[in-house]
Amino acid sequence: MTPIIEVKNISKKYNISHQQGSYVALRDVLANIFYHPLRFAKKKVTAPFKAKEEFWALKDVNFTVQKGETLGIIGANGAGKSTLLKILTQITPPTTGEIKLVGTVASMLEVGTGFHPELTGRENVFLNGATLGMRRSEIAQKFDDIVEFSGVEKFIDTPIKYYSSGMQIRLAFAVAAHLEPDILIIDEVLAVGDAEFQKKCLAKMKDITQKEGRTILFVSHNLLLIQNLCKKTILLEHGELKKIGATEEVINTYIHNRSNRKPESSNAVSLPNENNTGNIRFTGIKISNTEDSGVIKSDAGLKIVLTYSSDYEKPITDARIVINIVSESSQQIVLRLDSDVTSESFPADLQSQGEIVCETESINLAEGKYFADINFVIQGTSRNLVKMACEFEVGTDLTAYKYKTYPDKSVCDHVIKYSFKQNG
Amino acid sequence: MTNTKTIIIRPKKGITWHDFREIWQYRELLYFFTWRDIKVRYKQTVIGIMWAVFQPFMTMVVFSIFFGHFAKMPSDGVPYPIFVFVGLLLWQFFSSSLNGASASLTGNTGIITKVYFPRLILPISSTLTNFVDFSISLVILIGIMVYYRFIPGLAGLWILPLLLVITFMIAVGAGMFLASVNVKYRDVRYALPYFIQMLLFITPVIYPPSIAGKFSWVLALNPMTGVIKAARSAILGNAPINWILLGISAGFGILVLIIGTVFFKKTERYFADVV
Repeated sequence: MTPIIEVKNISKKYNISHQQGSYVALRDVLANIFYHPLRFAKKKVTAPFKAKEEFWALKDVNFTVQKGETLGIIGANGAGKSTLLKILTQITPPTTGEIKLVGTVASMLEVGTGFHPELTGRENVFLNGATLGMRRSEIAQKFDDIVEFSGVEKFIDTPIKYYSSGMQIRLAFAVAAHLEPDILIIDEVLAVGDAEFQKKCLAKMKDITQKEGRTILFVSHNLLLIQNLCKKTILLEHGELKKIGATEEVINTYIHNRSNRKPESSNAVSLPNENNTGNIRFTGIKISNTEDSGVIKSDAGLKIVLTYSSDYEKPITDARIVINIVSESSQQIVLRLDSDVTSESFPADLQSQGEIVCETESINLAEGKYFADINFVIQGTSRNLVKMACEFEVGTDLTAYKYKTYPDKSVCDHVIKYSFKQNG
Repeated sequence: MTNTKTIIIRPKKGITWHDFREIWQYRELLYFFTWRDIKVRYKQTVIGIMWAVFQPFMTMVVFSIFFGHFAKMPSDGVPYPIFVFVGLLLWQFFSSSLNGASASLTGNTGIITKVYFPRLILPISSTLTNFVDFSISLVILIGIMVYYRFIPGLAGLWILPLLLVITFMIAVGAGMFLASVNVKYRDVRYALPYFIQMLLFITPVIYPPSIAGKFSWVLALNPMTGVIKAARSAILGNAPINWILLGISAGFGILVLIIGTVFFKKTERYFADVV
């Protein structure tokens, strides 16, 4: 079967100087030419030979998508996701390479593109629909469905400058949800609205993706969403295609690369105590859910694996591990995992090297980024602290989430069970 | 699956027929952009559509008082208000089209960076918008003629669409060029109104070209001269149409349109990266 999307050797180059100069005054340029005609001429002549500062936002990206597939695109900030989308949607041309798209294409890079505040909801539905590539007859035919989906029937003839931002977004999403192209390209557009409306959008998205023959490209930072909607995913890193394959596998690679950074050597700390002298250091930290795969969901258990080594000759006595989970948005400790609290499962004497595993029950944390602040303490030593921070992300599956609002992001008023143990 | 459309995305080079076919494909969007601009223009102002009536009318009144009454500007034997309004009719269409087209890219940044469509639609739709103002002005002109009991040369009216097309070409051509320059050099939009104001005085809008005497050939270099002269000849019937002058204007219009399109297409590839 011939693929519906074929991306061949796509690269995109930006000249950095070009990017900076978004406000260049013609007046200055003309004045420069006038006052320094020789310098200008010289610059024009020598310019092609000078090395320009170049930045490759994308380098040699290749992939194909079959009809009916839903492809997720993930990657860190600046990995080239948006650039890839902009090229696929023809907003900006590639520097090299070729893309072949079979069928009609519509894109949603933003909710409410082309909305005009002075126009009424009704007028904006038509304007936005046309901007996204719908025919007038098509919009007219779907108009009632769109309005019903948005839930703003009452205000449809009011200029949207009087709408709340939530209402605008709902109306915009309603229009976009009724697009019916062969290929649909979607950027992160669901990061808005209240939980209930997001639920509705998600259901609609699932509906769209599962409809016969629809091909969807979906970019998101929300890994859980990708995991829910896409079977196949590509991972971009520094403009290059790092991995393509089954979503779960790609997400695992991505999470692994991101959170399992090797601790720096400065983390090796000399901890002489009564029995031992020498260095102890962490060699690895891995944070995942207890199933060891995919996104860490709100209702999943956390599994933190610390690998350490030391040149101690005897077992380490009186060790204690304290892991503080800090929310990035509130900068507060939301969970505290202390080996002294669950001392029954934690061995009194640690081997001189090995793995410490901490497992928790359902964490019940809100969607977002967290840091695990890990402290390794050996009682009765002069310097008794090894500190190490590691980042991870939690996703909330709204379709399965039973509450109307998110779990609270700032406070942790729940106590969960957890255990520490030593692996050989 | 017989008539499936295939889109090929490649690094952009030059202009192909495809570009023009595409504008046709996107004609509904052109319609919607034009419709939006018209709606918004008359919604945002307090007096709404009256603005379109008021503005040319007051300009005519002021010009008639100062140039017609005090300065005793010759008007080829027609009442001065009618004389100046025929000039203003086309001049205002030209100047607002040029202004609108040159701001069309920077004014639609939000859409340019988020959705694909042939960018040429933007300057074209912003110019089409001005046809509404033109029609309103035309009605005012008829009103003024009724007031002065002036019988226009109806036989010459058929030429008006042709004059509009020529003006359209000059305005859109120059507008596309300026719109592209405006994307990179943002001070163009400050310089342009001043430039257009100066242009008004070297175009025979408030005076007949005859007052320039032996230097009237200089005015002929201005493409709008031919258009406005022809409009007066046709509507006021005071002189035969100068076909050579009109031909120069038309030729210039086509040339400007071609240059504008080429330049626009050439710089189009980085619009979305720069704006």
